[in-house]
Amino acid sequence: MEGSKPKLKLAVYWAAACGGCCVSVLDVHEKLFDVIAAADLIFWPIALDIKYKDVEEMPDDHIDVTLFNGAVRNSENIHMAKLLRKKSKVLVAYGSCSHMGGIPGLANFSERDAIFKRVYSDCESVVNPSNIKPVPEYEVKEGTLTIPEFYNDVRSLGQVVDVDYFIPGCPPQTDRLLEVFSAIVSGAELPPKGSVIGAGTKTQCDECVRKRTENKRIKKFYRPWEIQDDGVTCFMEQGVLCMGPATRTGCGFRCIKGNAPCRGCYGPPAGVSDPGAKMMSSIASIIDEKEPEEISRVLEDLVDPAGTFYRFSLPVSLIRRKLV
Amino acid sequence: MHFTNNEVYFFSIIFILKLQTGLTKTYNQMEFKPRIIAFLCNWCSYTGADLAGTSRMEYKANVRAVRVMCSGRIEPTFVLRAFTKGADGVLICGCHPGDCHYQEGNYRCLRRFLLLQKYIRQMGIESERLKLEWISASEGKQFAELVNSFTETITEMGPCRIKETMKVLT
Repeated sequence: MEGSKPKLKLAVYWAAACGGCCVSVLDVHEKLFDVIAAADLIFWPIALDIKYKDVEEMPDDHIDVTLFNGAVRNSENIHMAKLLRKKSKVLVAYGSCSHMGGIPGLANFSERDAIFKRVYSDCESVVNPSNIKPVPEYEVKEGTLTIPEFYNDVRSLGQVVDVDYFIPGCPPQTDRLLEVFSAIVSGAELPPKGSVIGAGTKTQCDECVRKRTENKRIKKFYRPWEIQDDGVTCFMEQGVLCMGPATRTGCGFRCIKGNAPCRGCYGPPAGVSDPGAKMMSSIASIIDEKEPEEISRVLEDLVDPAGTFYRFSLPVSLIRRKLV
Repeated sequence: MHFTNNEVYFFSIIFILKLQTGLTKTYNQMEFKPRIIAFLCNWCSYTGADLAGTSRMEYKANVRAVRVMCSGRIEPTFVLRAFTKGADGVLICGCHPGDCHYQEGNYRCLRRFLLLQKYIRQMGIESERLKLEWISASEGKQFAELVNSFTETITEMGPCRIKETMKVLT
């Protein structure tokens, strides 16, 4: 190991996330030794004991690469997003949530009060007779207790701070991360700022492993449990809704190979801003009916179009939240 | 500078909506004047609208037309972008079923329209704000009537809440 070359400083942070992205970083397994040979992990809440104030004390641009996973949902997330932007040379939105809002972004179908009502009073398993709900500040005799403020809107990282690169996926493929990492370490020329890296540019369907004909004709949509999948034919041709036509490649067809239709976690392909709109246009092309009543009957099988087409991308879509 | 085909459509939508904002402000500051974008297919509906014009029919000036080659060219993105950029209503016109210049573009349009209506309803936009009508090249009168009745419907409904809602951030 050349002692003259300074090691890279890496940080991984989670905002409104499930933790799966951090685990996907851990999934480098024994390659972790290669990573550690080239880089120091200096901030990683899931694995290292380090406090926010330690990050605040770092000089600006101290961290070389920050992998930021999770959506921005409360004041703590936004604080850390801004802080890490200031302290990092390269800020990467890692995973669907920071790329597009992800699953937490589905909260944009609702708003704070409705979410609190559901979670702290209506939910079947909740016993909350005094109707206690979280408040940002609370007075106790020892002083004031504070917790982060919960926002009405969920936003992606890119909507809050300037992001250098996006690595999509729920979670991103660890192999892709290693590719990106070795590119950074080797000092190869990085793609232009704002690029989606660690993924392809085409759609899933372009490279799909399943057999398909050009003649897709759908008279009825099935939920995956309603149909016996033959394991070979294109899901759409079997009438199962698959987000493949509006989703970027790069995931290695994890879902498809597991006999589950694509859910769209890799986001829209290059040149497309709104995956759901693209999906709607693609779905409409393959429905094999011409009468309005018949078309409506077919569409009835799509129980939740907005939630299905924008499962991972609601906060970055054109109509980014339900109107209130 | 190179623009994609779609970008050209997006610019025209935005430009038209801005144009009309200016008009609304100068002529009438208080009264609500709906802004309506109409996507008209080149072969039937645009010609129909043209006929209404050349026949000197009077109709409401709230509707601004974007000409597309076929109603099947109208991507859901166009409609959604029109709404997010401040349209109070979106009107889609195409050839009558069976009359499409490209065989079945209007059927695709119909399917997209029905799906879009379902989607915007779910997002809290009234589905009446999106309307599809078939207008042939000879139906200038029907076009004028359609514009008047649609403008009336939208005026009654009031402005689309999308703009104020999109501002809510915290």
